[in-house]
Amino acid sequence: MLSTVGRALRNSSTPKTLFVGTRCASTEATFEVAQCKLHKLEQGPATTVTCTREDALKYYRQMQTIRRMETTAGNLYKSKQIRGFCHLYSGQEACCVGMENSITPEDSVITAYRAHGWAYIRGISVHGVLAELIGKKTGCAQGKGGSMHMYAKNFYGGNGIVGAQVPLGAGIAFTQKYLNNGNICITLYGDGAANQGQVYEAFNIAMLWKLPCIFVCENNGYGMGTSVERASYSTDYYTRGDYMPGLRVDGMDVLAVKEATRFAKDYVLKNGPLLIECATYRYSGHSMSDPGTSYRTREEIQEVRQTRDPITSFKQKLLETNLVTEDEMKKIDQDVRKEVTESEKLAIADTGPPLEDMYDHIYVQPEADFKVRTCDPVTMVASR
Amino acid sequence: MSWKFLRCLQNAKFLKKNLQTSLFVHRCASVQYVPDTISAAHGETTRMNLVQAVNNALDIALSTDPSAVLFGEDVAFGGVFRCSVELKDRYGRDRVFNTPLSEQGIVAFGIGVATMGSTAIAEIQFADYIFPAFDQITNEAAKFDIGQEIYLISPEAFFAHIPGIKVVIPRGPHQAKGLLLSCIRDQNPCIFFEPKILYRSAIEEVPSGDYTIPLGQAEVLLEGDDVTLIGYGTQVHVLREVANMAEEKFNVSCEVIDLRTILPWDEETVINSVKKTGRCIISHEAPITMGVAAEIAATIQDECFLNLEAPVMRICGYDTPFPHAFEAFYLPDKWRCLEAVKKIVNYG
Repeated sequence: MLSTVGRALRNSSTPKTLFVGTRCASTEATFEVAQCKLHKLEQGPATTVTCTREDALKYYRQMQTIRRMETTAGNLYKSKQIRGFCHLYSGQEACCVGMENSITPEDSVITAYRAHGWAYIRGISVHGVLAELIGKKTGCAQGKGGSMHMYAKNFYGGNGIVGAQVPLGAGIAFTQKYLNNGNICITLYGDGAANQGQVYEAFNIAMLWKLPCIFVCENNGYGMGTSVERASYSTDYYTRGDYMPGLRVDGMDVLAVKEATRFAKDYVLKNGPLLIECATYRYSGHSMSDPGTSYRTREEIQEVRQTRDPITSFKQKLLETNLVTEDEMKKIDQDVRKEVTESEKLAIADTGPPLEDMYDHIYVQPEADFKVRTCDPVTMVASR
Repeated sequence: MSWKFLRCLQNAKFLKKNLQTSLFVHRCASVQYVPDTISAAHGETTRMNLVQAVNNALDIALSTDPSAVLFGEDVAFGGVFRCSVELKDRYGRDRVFNTPLSEQGIVAFGIGVATMGSTAIAEIQFADYIFPAFDQITNEAAKFDIGQEIYLISPEAFFAHIPGIKVVIPRGPHQAKGLLLSCIRDQNPCIFFEPKILYRSAIEEVPSGDYTIPLGQAEVLLEGDDVTLIGYGTQVHVLREVANMAEEKFNVSCEVIDLRTILPWDEETVINSVKKTGRCIISHEAPITMGVAAEIAATIQDECFLNLEAPVMRICGYDTPFPHAFEAFYLPDKWRCLEAVKKIVNYG
């Protein structure tokens, strides 16, 4: 697998210098990012990205929060606080943080089941995510959704069926175009879903109607336990839209992702859909039932952690440019740890949804007398 | 087509696993499992859990049938629930292999494999993922053997099994307009089935303005005292005619109810009617087994048991694919329904 991500990155021109220059006593810095591979595009995203101190601290905090939250979720699963599904985002933080910081809260996002990071970045608190995972009433879906089913304003989940969210994203973009509100939809799927038929139905419709949709393939190298080479005839996912222009970005570099998303948003509003392949990596197994080591080596995971970790490498860049000091980042680390630990405690102490909730949420605005049958066949209970 | 297709398709086993979702893990863990008693005729036994038993069955299938292949997402690694553990090592990667994440493809590929005479064991990892393959299962696998006409089915029962959607079938133009507008304006996803046979054959005065007909409410079309006849869509018209014939020929008074909404259906109207008449016949074109009529009948026996003069009867389509050539025979026509009226009033 490493070979794929490695190859993906080798194909891009490797940045020679990370640090280009600082101005105004390190209030902002300019960074060189790897050039994107392009498909049916004359011009791609810029290869230099300027970042303010304030933004740098924000991205660092966001990525660290997601990392810590996911570590906590993994532990809560192991201690059987979390039941059912749990797909961790660790390793992929730069994708959601980079993208969110190039769109507005009015833009929409829809993703698959690896949704915790996205749920957080779209506005749900760490507590809202963890409480949902544990199945508490205070969770962002009132404890009835769990890992794969989290929603926020302009964040449409959290979808469990592989690839099924992709046509939905095209539909969301259709409304945005219809309303002509200047907003776009980021529609995410994984490399595994890239072989689902409905993905291509969505591509065709989106191109036909020039919908303002950025399709994003978060390629973490493995569709469950199958590496991309064994699942896909073509692993150049950014070209898989055929007639749809595409680009491959280094998904381990938050600034590269941010710049690619800025470029893409501008592009889709003018021209119609674009496909971004985010070359990334997941440290955990596909889900908690997968130790993640039977189809790849521990060394491979270790090497990514050491050489391409999105947080460590970003931290390194910030230190090299003197944009942020080590102490400032340490402070953030401490704050994040505190926030997550407190959220975890709170979530554990929260109560689960009351039993009556089981009968609710069948219909939106049900008739006043709408009732459902309970386990006991003659007892009917009101459903709200 | 030929018996060969039939035989081959019998070889296609679609293995669905883990029907319980995660929500029930906790509950299932607390189930008091009572082991089966194994007849001595079986000889030697081994203590196994369900995963091991599935694994063992697959193992035997692969060893006794050289044409059998096992494929699906992650099955070569042993499967996400470990049901296919070690089978790749035992039978080779050309017989036990991983597929891309592509459920429609997996099932359709399996059907293709089976039609060529091989035994296809296709695993869909979770029951939730079966739906992308639903079309292949209903329209291809189940009907491949007769090259079945696929535009004649009545699939309302499939959808009526899903909490959260509404299923509506109108009996004519006036109803269609009002119910369709209700569906469009409802906050919930609605499936509106239009009886094709009525498209141009049913003509009546329809209000020109904007109007809606409430969902979830049945309508009593004819009042009667002896037998309740329940239907929806085109079948309502058959039942009306049956009611007239019953009156004329047997002096039996029938109450005819159009259900209109299949989910959520109007239990109150049905129950009140059956309490009054004590006899009920439910009729639909869709196959009888697991059909809408079964659900209504079950509710009636819950609610009206002591009011019933006779068992609830179901006059429905047969449990066969819908054969174009036998359409007239397949449909629950007025003669079959009238016969049922005769039977139900003479019960006991």
